[in-house]
Amino acid sequence: MEQINVEIDGTSCTGPKGSTILDIAKANDIYIPTLCYDPRMEPYGACRLCLVEVEGARGLLPACYAEATDGMVVKTTTEKLERIRKTLVELLLSDHDMECQGCAKSGRCELQELANRYGITESPFVGEKHEYVEHVENPFVMRDYNKCIMCGRCIRICREVQGVGVYDFINRGFKAIPGTPYDKPMQETPCEFCGQCISTCPTGSLKAKPYEGDGRVAARDMLRNACAFFKMSEEDMMEALGLQGWKVRTTCAYCGCGCQLDLHVIDNKVVEVTSPKMVGSGQGNLCVKGRFGYDFIASDERLRKPLVRKGKKLVETSWDEALDLVASKLSGIKKKSGADSIAVLSSARATNEDNYLIQKFTRAVVGTNNVDHCARL
Amino acid sequence: MTNTMDDIEQAKAILVIGSNTTEAHPIIGLRIKKAVMQNDCKLIVAEPRHIRLCYYADKWLQHMPGTDVALLNGMMNVIIAEGLYDEKFVHERCDGFDELAELVKEYTPERAAEITGVAAEDIREAARTFANADCAAIIYAMGITQHTTGTDNVVTVANLSMLTGNIGKPGAGVNPLRGQNNVQGACDMGALPNVFTGYRPVTDEDVRKKFEEAWGVELPSEPGLTATAMMDAAAKGDIKAMYIVGENPMMSDANLHHAEAALKNLDFLVVQDIFLTETAELADVVLPASSFAEKEGTFSATDRRVQRVRKAVELPGEARADNEIVAEISKRMGYDMGDVTPSRVMDEIASLTPHYGGISHARLDEGITIHWPCPDAEHPGTPILHTKQFTRGKGWFCPVEFVPPAEVADSEYPLVLTTGRVLWQYHTGTMTRKVDGINEIDPHGKVWISPFDAEKLGVESGKEVQVSTRRGEINIEAMVTERMPEGVIFIPFHYVEAAANTLTNDAVDPVSKVPEFKVSAAKVLVK
Ligand code: SF4
Ligand code: SF4
Repeated sequence: MEQINVEIDGTSCTGPKGSTILDIAKANDIYIPTLCYDPRMEPYGACRLCLVEVEGARGLLPACYAEATDGMVVKTTTEKLERIRKTLVELLLSDHDMECQGCAKSGRCELQELANRYGITESPFVGEKHEYVEHVENPFVMRDYNKCIMCGRCIRICREVQGVGVYDFINRGFKAIPGTPYDKPMQETPCEFCGQCISTCPTGSLKAKPYEGDGRVAARDMLRNACAFFKMSEEDMMEALGLQGWKVRTTCAYCGCGCQLDLHVIDNKVVEVTSPKMVGSGQGNLCVKGRFGYDFIASDERLRKPLVRKGKKLVETSWDEALDLVASKLSGIKKKSGADSIAVLSSARATNEDNYLIQKFTRAVVGTNNVDHCARL
Repeated sequence: MTNTMDDIEQAKAILVIGSNTTEAHPIIGLRIKKAVMQNDCKLIVAEPRHIRLCYYADKWLQHMPGTDVALLNGMMNVIIAEGLYDEKFVHERCDGFDELAELVKEYTPERAAEITGVAAEDIREAARTFANADCAAIIYAMGITQHTTGTDNVVTVANLSMLTGNIGKPGAGVNPLRGQNNVQGACDMGALPNVFTGYRPVTDEDVRKKFEEAWGVELPSEPGLTATAMMDAAAKGDIKAMYIVGENPMMSDANLHHAEAALKNLDFLVVQDIFLTETAELADVVLPASSFAEKEGTFSATDRRVQRVRKAVELPGEARADNEIVAEISKRMGYDMGDVTPSRVMDEIASLTPHYGGISHARLDEGITIHWPCPDAEHPGTPILHTKQFTRGKGWFCPVEFVPPAEVADSEYPLVLTTGRVLWQYHTGTMTRKVDGINEIDPHGKVWISPFDAEKLGVESGKEVQVSTRRGEINIEAMVTERMPEGVIFIPFHYVEAAANTLTNDAVDPVSKVPEFKVSAAKVLVK
C-alpha cells in the first residue's frame, strides 16, 4: 500500500494513504483527545475535541475524519486548541454530575479523563440540569441519561455495526436523548443485547447490568475510583498493588468466531467481560453470549468432586479411587473384549492441547481409533 | 473456511445457505452486514425460515428444507446456460466440467423451482448476481451438513464456487461455519476416527510410523467408529465402555431415546465434564473438569485462526484440568505421557503436524495472528487457502443429483420439522441456561409454526402443543410466526424440558455420518 509522510507536532510520521490524521497520530503514539470516536465505526466529527491545526488549511480540521495527505504539517496541542478543548469539556460538564466517586464508570470514563487532563473540577457554566430516571427494565443494559453527552456512539454502533438500530435521538432541544422508539423497554425492540452500545459509551450513561450494583463488583469500583483519583491507568494501578493477573486475555468459549475476551477477575471471580477494540476477528464486538454468558464459571452447580456410582446413586469419592477405577475398568475391558470395544468422545469445547492428548490416549494407550467428537452434531 | 472472517467484508456478493449467521455466529453476521451496508455487497440468503439476515438480503430464496442440491444445481444450470462461469479458472484449475454441465442441464430453473418451491425467476436472478460479482463468497453451516445428503450438499456448494472462479482469492471462497468454539481445533488435532493430527489418515503407514516413533507404541491401522456409529455399536453391545469428555450426547444426538438406550447398555461409562449433564447422570464415574477460564491452551476458530486460551480463575473444589486427568488415567494404565503442560503439548503437536509446525504459545503470546497452515516458526500463516492450486492439484467437479431427505412429510406426519439455535442459547444449554439474564429474556423453548398451519390446526401462540415424530413426542409452547413457511416447523434444541432431539431423525449421511437433524416428518396436536 502507498505510504505517505506527515509531520505531526514536529515528528515525522508515516502511514498508509487514505488514513485520517487521527489514524496516523494513533499509529505513532501521538495523543489527540476524542469523545465521539470509536475505531469500529465511521468517523462522525461531532464532538470537535479532535480539532487540529493544519498548515495552509482554512480553519481547524477534525482529525478523526480529515484525510492525511503527503507532506501535511499538523499541530495537535497549541494553546488555542487546548483552550477550545477545555471549553468544550466544561460545557459538557455543566450538565453532568461531578460526583465521580459514586459512578461505576469512574476510572475508565473518557469524560472524566478529559476533565482531569484539563484540571476541571467544577464547570464555570451553570445551567439547567437533567433529572432523568434511570432505565433498568431489562437484564442487560442500564441507561442513565443524566450522564449522556449526546455523542451518538450508541446510536451509531447499533445501526452501523450491529445493523439493528434500536436507538435514535428522541425529543428535541434540551430534552433530546438517544432513546428507543416511543421510549419502549428494550426487550420490546429488536435489541439483541449484544452490549455493543455499552462497550462504546464513553461515560457512565450505559452500563452492563449484570456487572453493576452487586456486591461482588464493589472491590472493582473502589479500585477504579482509586485509579481516577491517582490519575493512574487500571493496568498501572494493578501492577502497583501486585494484582497483575486481574485482566486476562482469552478466547470466547461459545461459537467458532473466536472473539477475544478480557476476563476481569477479582477475588477469583470473573466480575466483567469486555473485548479489546480492533483485536482479533471480533474487533471488540461481542454477542450476548460472549459478553454476558459467563455466569456458569462460578455456578454452584459446577462439579467439585469425583463421583462414582454406588447402586442407583452417584456418590462423592476421592480422585485416587476414581482414577484407579477408570484405569482398571478400561484395562479389564480391553483385555477381555479388545481395544476396539472401547470408545472415546473428545470435546469440541476443549482446547487443542486437550484434544490432542485425548486422541493420543485413545490411540496409544487404549489402542483403538474409536475417537470422535460432536463436530457432526 | 477457505478465507477468513476479516476477508468477508471484501466480498461483492455473498450466498448464505443453511446458516442463521446472526444468531449462531453473530460476529460473522456483523461482517456480512457490514459488507452489505457499507461495501455494496449483494446478499443472497437461501433459507426456509425468514431469518434476520433476510432483512439485509437482495434476494431471499425460501427453499424447502433438504432441497439444497436442487437449488444450487438450478443456479449452476443458469450460470452455464448463460455463459456466466469463469472459463479461465474452470479450464486451468479444474477437471470434470463436462460431466457437471451434463448433469446440471437437467436442472432447469423450472425443474428446480418445482423441487424447491422457489420461483424460477428468483433462481435465475440469484445465479446471475452471484456469477457476475468480481468476488463472491459462500457461507454455510449446519443447514448444509446436517442432512442425509450433507456430503452431496457440501460438494455442490464447492462446485458452484469453482464454477464461478471464486476459490483462492480475497472476498470469495467456500466458508463453512463450525458450530462450536473448537470444532475446528478438535478436527485439526485428530479427534476423529480416521485421521491423526492435520488430517493424515491412520491407514497411511508412513504417517503411522511417525506417530509410533514419537509415542513409542504400536498404533492401530483400522479407522475407528464415528460418534454416531459408536452409539449404534453400544446399543448392540459391541462397544462396552465409553469415556466421554465435555460432550452431552443425551441432548445433542439425534433420536435421544436411541442414545439413552445405547449409553445404558454400556458396561462402563466415564464422563468428564464441568456439570452433571444429562449424560453424566448415566455414568459410572464422573470426573470434575476445568472450564476454559481455568486453563491454558489454544482454540482454533472457524477460519483456522489459532488463538490463546488463558487461565483466569482457580478450579472450583477438587476439580482438575483435563490434561492432568487424561495423563493420570494414562499413567495408571501403564503409559507415561510425560510433561503435559499445554505449551509443551503444543510443541509436540507442532513437531508432528505440518499445519501447526510454526505454532507455539510463545509466538501467539507475542500477539501474532496465525491462520494454519503454518509450517515453520518464520511462516506468517495462510489466511486464504488454495491461492495457486488445490490440495490434490486440480479441483474436481463432482456433479450430484438431488436426493430427497430420508423422511418426507406424509399423511400421518404432514409437517417438516427442522431444528437449530437461537441467539440467546448455546448448544445443549449447559452453560447459557445458567445465566440469569438469558433465562429472563429466553426462558424456554418454543415451536415455531406458520400462521397458515396454525390456523389449520387451531394452534395459538403461547399455548402448549404436542409435537411428535416416529421417534418420540414432546410438549412445548407454540409460537405462531410469519417467519415460518407453510408446512415447516422449527424447534431450537437447547432445552432439556422440551428436547428437540427426542424427535429428530438419526438417519445419517453415508459418508460424513452426520444425522439428518434438519428434516423430520412431524405432526402437531393441540392439547
Ligand atoms: S445491546 Fe446491541 S442491539 Fe441492543 S441497543 Fe445495544 S447495540 Fe443495539
Ligand atoms: S462473543 Fe459471540 S460471536 Fe463471539 S465467539 Fe463468543 S459466542 Fe461467538
